[in-house]
Amino acid sequence: MLKITNLHAAINEKEILKGINLSVNKGEVHAIMGPNGSGKSTLSSVLVGNPTFKVTKGEILFNGKNLLNLSPEDRSREGLFLSFQYPVEIPGVSMTNFMRVAINEHRKYKGLELISASDFLKLMREKQALVELDNKLAGRSVNEGFSGGEKKRNEIFQMAMLEPQLSILDETDSGLDIDALRIVASGVNKLRSTENSIIVITHYQRLLDYIKPDIVHVLYNGKIIKTAGQELALELESKGYEWLKEADKNNGIK
Amino acid sequence: MKPEQQYIDLFIEHENLIRQHSTSIMNNHRRPSLEEFQRLGFPPMKEDYACTNVNKAFAPDYGMNINRIKIPVNPYHVFCCDVPHLNAALYFTVNDSIYERKEISPNFPEGVYIGSLIKFAETHPEIAKQHYGKIAGTKNDGIIAINTMFAQDGFVVYVPQNIVLESPIQLIHINRSDVNTMSNRRILVIMEAHSQAKLLVCTHSMDKVSFISTEVIEIFANESAKFDYYDLEETSELTTRFTSLHLKQETHSQVCINGITLNNGLSRNNYHIELNGEYAENKLCGMSILDETKHLDTMTHIIHNAPHCTSNELFKNILNGHSTGAFSGKILVKKGADKTSAHLTNKNYCSTRNARMYSKPQLEIYADDVKCSHGMTTGQMDENALFYMQSRGIPYHEARTLLSIAFTADVLDNIHIEGLKERLQALIEKRFRGELAHCSDCNHNKQ
Repeated sequence: MLKITNLHAAINEKEILKGINLSVNKGEVHAIMGPNGSGKSTLSSVLVGNPTFKVTKGEILFNGKNLLNLSPEDRSREGLFLSFQYPVEIPGVSMTNFMRVAINEHRKYKGLELISASDFLKLMREKQALVELDNKLAGRSVNEGFSGGEKKRNEIFQMAMLEPQLSILDETDSGLDIDALRIVASGVNKLRSTENSIIVITHYQRLLDYIKPDIVHVLYNGKIIKTAGQELALELESKGYEWLKEADKNNGIK
Repeated sequence: MKPEQQYIDLFIEHENLIRQHSTSIMNNHRRPSLEEFQRLGFPPMKEDYACTNVNKAFAPDYGMNINRIKIPVNPYHVFCCDVPHLNAALYFTVNDSIYERKEISPNFPEGVYIGSLIKFAETHPEIAKQHYGKIAGTKNDGIIAINTMFAQDGFVVYVPQNIVLESPIQLIHINRSDVNTMSNRRILVIMEAHSQAKLLVCTHSMDKVSFISTEVIEIFANESAKFDYYDLEETSELTTRFTSLHLKQETHSQVCINGITLNNGLSRNNYHIELNGEYAENKLCGMSILDETKHLDTMTHIIHNAPHCTSNELFKNILNGHSTGAFSGKILVKKGADKTSAHLTNKNYCSTRNARMYSKPQLEIYADDVKCSHGMTTGQMDENALFYMQSRGIPYHEARTLLSIAFTADVLDNIHIEGLKERLQALIEKRFRGELAHCSDCNHNKQ
């Protein structure tokens, strides 16, 4: 589904990603872990086409299409979704209006008819229930005045509405208390299927207790320095990242 | 020759005709206004008029319909302005003549007068005399002076004590001419104690010739009166408009003024508001969408003369192309106006590199124990918000439209006529999508 080959990306001439290789297949859940500043969020930004970052080398194929040639909106409509680490507040644009426009843009892209008002409201309620989001939030401006937990649940709500093939959860666990974490994780798990894939970006093992990954990668200094099964997350939790950094210096791991 | 001279000559040459087609109440103001105009001239391009070249605007030769020749147009056929649920009592002016309605007049409660000032001066001479020209002073403003010299009729809304007009009044100004034309319009609103009304004024330009208008609006809101005034400009790039609104509010009165500019050429809107009675409340707001070389200059003066009054001011502009906007807002809290609450906000989007916005919010306080604020921001759209929307599949231009509409939403929230807010939202959306903003039912734009 997703194939990243030798991806290099920079911000203001400063290279952040230094040759990422990553393949994600249908139905898989990948976790990307790593210390602060290793390039995790840059990777997610580059994937969804944030113009702040410049891709200097490499290729990203999404369902065989060259992702780097697509606008951010087309990437979304092709089935890519990012749950933002810091969801943006948009004063004056109601959640309902925002979602209706987004859903209809997706439908137009696929050559489908626009969604009817009643179907849309039904869909909203159904998906809100998934992350236990209060219907009152629908009338409010996007993320404006939402608590930290509500913002993150709102991201997963949008994911549920748009039904992406590949979702990237960028530190969705940060700023969440245990209860909110459980709600968010259970929402994500309900959306999991053999047809779609998820990349979970996180610092901590905590979220991975709830969303079980198939594969864990460690990103350090702009490169993936280790890839293993779920047990790697536990190992990192007890040992930290230092041993990997050391090993990377000595080029000891593959 | 200075641009003033042609107007002075025109006035002297045609004074008799002007008087003949007017009323003595208006005529009595003409000579003093001429003197003021000769002394003041048009305001130079400095201080209050630093951003608008008034002399240049008045320099061309415009025709005036002094002889009150009927312009062949039936506005009821041209404008079947059909705002759903608006259900307004509809009036027209063609240039500066009140269009005489042949249709049956709406059924207003007894004592209410709505229509021509000339007739009002016959039926209510004392009231007309007491109010006309009383708050729109000609001593400091050459444009008001020239308006008072030339205006031959006006539109009056008179609501006697305790009367509540449920349905709104709509006045449509039509600029209609085959040659470049000047109009001098007056509106006089007298709201007696405990009365209520809403007035919507729309201005359209029908022809592709140059129009210039001076418009003086005087509003008296007596004790506990409630009045809403909406001004919607949908003219053309060849239209120049100088409006001067003067409002006096007494105890416990509530007035909302909302000026919306969707299409224009050059506009200068002045608002002078005096809060003279305790607990008077004023809401003054406006918005504009400017592009190409359009120009809008807004000046507001809110004077708090009495304690416990509230004023809230909000102006928003969206500038594209090479358009220019100016905003100069002043709140003056006079000595003794304690417990005043006064807030002024001006926010602007400059969407293109060549668009220019000049803004000057001012606050002068001479009273104790007041709550006042003034603020201004001018900037670009939030790129993070745009990207966030794009990442959900919303195209960039659509995201910009949504943000623009959102930007103006709080100005539209101050519209209290059922149906009008929704209609304006639709017009604004169309305007942002690059379509001509006009009511789809207005035939004149379909030509």
